[in-house]
Amino acid sequence: MELAGVGVAFGAGQNAFRAVGRVDLAVAPHEFVAIVGPTGCGKSTLLNVVAGLLAPVEGEARVFGRPVRGVTREAGYLFQQDALMPWKTALDNVAVALEVGGVARAAALARARDWLARVGLSGFEARYPHQLSGGQKKRVALAQMLIRDPKILLMDEPFGPLDAQTRALMGDVLLDLWSADRKAVLFVTHDLEEAIALADRVVVMSAGPAARLVSQHVVDLPRPRDANEVRLEPRFHALQKAIWEDLRAEVLKTYGRAS
Amino acid sequence: MSRGALLGWRLAVAAILIALWHIAANTTLFGDPKTVRFFFSTPGDVAARVWNFFATGSIWKHLWITLQETVLAFVIGSAAGILIGFAFAMAPRVAAVFDPYLKMANALPRVVLAPIFMLWFGLGVWSKVALGFTLVFFIVFFNVYQGVKETSPVILANARMLGMNGWQLFRHVYWPSAMSWMFSSLHSSVGFALVGAVVGEYLGAAAGLGYLIHEAEGVFDVTGVFAGMFVLAVFVILIDQIVTFAENRLLVWRPEAAQRQ
Repeated sequence: MELAGVGVAFGAGQNAFRAVGRVDLAVAPHEFVAIVGPTGCGKSTLLNVVAGLLAPVEGEARVFGRPVRGVTREAGYLFQQDALMPWKTALDNVAVALEVGGVARAAALARARDWLARVGLSGFEARYPHQLSGGQKKRVALAQMLIRDPKILLMDEPFGPLDAQTRALMGDVLLDLWSADRKAVLFVTHDLEEAIALADRVVVMSAGPAARLVSQHVVDLPRPRDANEVRLEPRFHALQKAIWEDLRAEVLKTYGRAS
Repeated sequence: MSRGALLGWRLAVAAILIALWHIAANTTLFGDPKTVRFFFSTPGDVAARVWNFFATGSIWKHLWITLQETVLAFVIGSAAGILIGFAFAMAPRVAAVFDPYLKMANALPRVVLAPIFMLWFGLGVWSKVALGFTLVFFIVFFNVYQGVKETSPVILANARMLGMNGWQLFRHVYWPSAMSWMFSSLHSSVGFALVGAVVGEYLGAAAGLGYLIHEAEGVFDVTGVFAGMFVLAVFVILIDQIVTFAENRLLVWRPEAAQRQ
């Protein structure tokens, strides 16, 4: 698979509220980039612009050198909230991603079954979303996103609503699936540890409004990684300390403004 | 309370009420039994009349007519409600223009329309269908409209990211979302279709359960009125059971529906 660079250079705003200032960020092919920042700084807004769900007021997002117009077809998007269709079973939720692309139903179902097995959900095909736990729903969403074989992956605090253990587990599931073909990833999170454990590069965003990028840190931890065990390494702590220095200042700004 | 005990208590309530009714109609305990019989008939007479309805088979014609009217009012009213509901949800400007008129039409007590419908559609089935339609339409319309408007923006965004085009969004997202709202009001819309049919028959018809009751009333045949009401009540319960069954089958994906099973 060939991945060209994802060039993102834009500014976005809603009404008079300037959510994001001028942000320049490029994600190279095969690169896993995590964005961390205080709550409400516009991290998700950035993702929505790349996805083509939101039009920037200034600048533009480019995917594979082409400016984003309408929904970005090459992108897979993992949402923070539940985005599965509650009226479809786990299997149908995954299969429909292929069916809308013109794959015959029988073939789509077979591949969906295969994908559910890959995310560890064999035997849960006939369950409806409300019959699945939070972690299981995320696994279905992951399969639904990946079955289309998107060229780039956008993730908006996907594991945010999960409990700590499930979150760590899902990190591993994600790294496992990702390492197969190493697509370019833009991963938004407020959890610094999660960002370092998963990413090649961590980008710190400033407090909003008019948020911008404050600093970037290359995570030089070796791959393949175990999303849990990597947290015990000394290099991990050094990185965490360095990035937290930048992040803390921004978080404090947010709190200062609120109080 | 166990199922058996519950059933026992329920039967006891019915037995006591019927016993009181019987005593009042046959003894002087609650006054002159002749007066009581004139106003309330007797349980024995009502039971005999109901038995007679089915033994002679005279009731089937009326049941069939009422069922026909109910089903037609429900189907046509729902179809129109779904169509207009979707149209208005997709075209907010049109919805804004028509909003006061819809509110006005919905505010009108539908019974006053019955004479007009008789005039337009005659005394047959269609004037009752029209009355039921005006009741069903608004329930379905408001629910579908709401269902389309309240479609989760996250599910919608996700569906678009999965590459769905306009028609696919309709089929996989908007339609099921609207249907779930519509089905949640299935009991009231079917119930109102029946109300339209019976009230229409009551006000002028040549057949149907409402007609049967009205006829009996016209000649002070209280036994006939009570027997007709009894058949009507059982008929409504049967229809409601069918709706519950359909609902559980169609909304298995809903947490509440699954729990009820």
